[in-house]
Amino acid sequence: MGAKTLIIDGQTVSAENHVTILQAATDNGITIPTLCHLDGVYDVGACRLCLVEVKGSTKLFSACTTRVYEGMEVTTQSERLKKYRRMTIELLFAERNHVCAVCVANGHCELQALATSLGMDHVRYDYCFPKWGMDLTHPFLGMDDNRCILCTRCVRACWHIEGAGTKNVAGRGSKSHIISDLNEPWGDSETCTSCAKCLLSCPTGALFHKGDTVGESERDRSKLGYIVNAREKQQWIV
Amino acid sequence: MDRLKVATVWLGGCAGCHMSFLDLDEFLFDVAAQIDLVYSPIVDCKEYPEHVDLCLIEGAVCNEDNLELLHKIRARTKTIVSFGDCAVTGNVPAIRNQLGRDNTTNVLQCAYVENAQENRRVPDATGIVPTLLPLVRPVHELVRVEYFLPGCPPPADRIKAVLVELLAGRAPALTGANLKFG
Repeated sequence: MGAKTLIIDGQTVSAENHVTILQAATDNGITIPTLCHLDGVYDVGACRLCLVEVKGSTKLFSACTTRVYEGMEVTTQSERLKKYRRMTIELLFAERNHVCAVCVANGHCELQALATSLGMDHVRYDYCFPKWGMDLTHPFLGMDDNRCILCTRCVRACWHIEGAGTKNVAGRGSKSHIISDLNEPWGDSETCTSCAKCLLSCPTGALFHKGDTVGESERDRSKLGYIVNAREKQQWIV
Repeated sequence: MDRLKVATVWLGGCAGCHMSFLDLDEFLFDVAAQIDLVYSPIVDCKEYPEHVDLCLIEGAVCNEDNLELLHKIRARTKTIVSFGDCAVTGNVPAIRNQLGRDNTTNVLQCAYVENAQENRRVPDATGIVPTLLPLVRPVHELVRVEYFLPGCPPPADRIKAVLVELLAGRAPALTGANLKFG
């Protein structure tokens, strides 16, 4: 039956069977930094920001994809985790071209907010300055690869909430990028329903409304969680 | 006690950080009472002096003049603060880096030929206009930097938070909202 008892940061908490460390922590008011997680979208453990320590293992575990078990002892804040999270966020900034000052999402960006909360005052890695383009072929939505962190929230929202399957990941390693259908211009996509759930899910300014200018891309990302909750539990909780 | 010798420098940036510095308003009187401003865009001094205690550097390192001055600053300054997003990240001036690892030619081509309406030619003023560096770099990628003051521009109260600590001889440690880029 149901409940597991575990310890998170020295605090004894009980959690339902099958929930993740992240869910158990969140339910008990313990904050773990996340980026690729979004309520309503299933978890894949892509961004590695929610890594936590579990007693008995030297490995680190992503809190969003690791299930709780009886007697588990989890540490969410330690010098080691702080060090890795700071490295991870700096690498995300170094990998693409993030220019907060001229970004549509300035002030509404999860990447920017995390950098602030993790104490990033500069990036210690050399910036890559890769050459990426934009897809502006959709009538009212735009995709800027320069600002994409490959969290794949848009892909998961597109496939599993909208069921359209337009958004995909192409390429490998640092050449990975988000495409529409089989790497066609977004505007030519036959599967895209123009629902804009991808835009709602995007943590940065990579997906945006055409015409939005600096700092104007404010979005209510909780709408996706609302839709999924209503669909699966018949609960319309605002 | 000797007054602190302070410099502010404007490399590849828009001067917005210096404008924000002037937004310190009446706090500038307190600052003026404690420092000697020995080099700055608002001081008539051609040569970066020796034995500077504190230097705020605005802007990214974009051309050979910037680079030469930067090395001079490092050699002659005790404490360097990367002042604003261009100095800390490269920011807008570094957008040209996307044109390639060695973009000194094609950035000018892009600006003065491809996107020009008339008079399409790359300006040539060797010896007058400093040569662009192949890549725009943030300050700390080239010299050691003691403190970082992000923001585009950093708001005046953020600049004040750093200056108050430095003038008191303490190490500034920005946290929370004071670390917001953009």
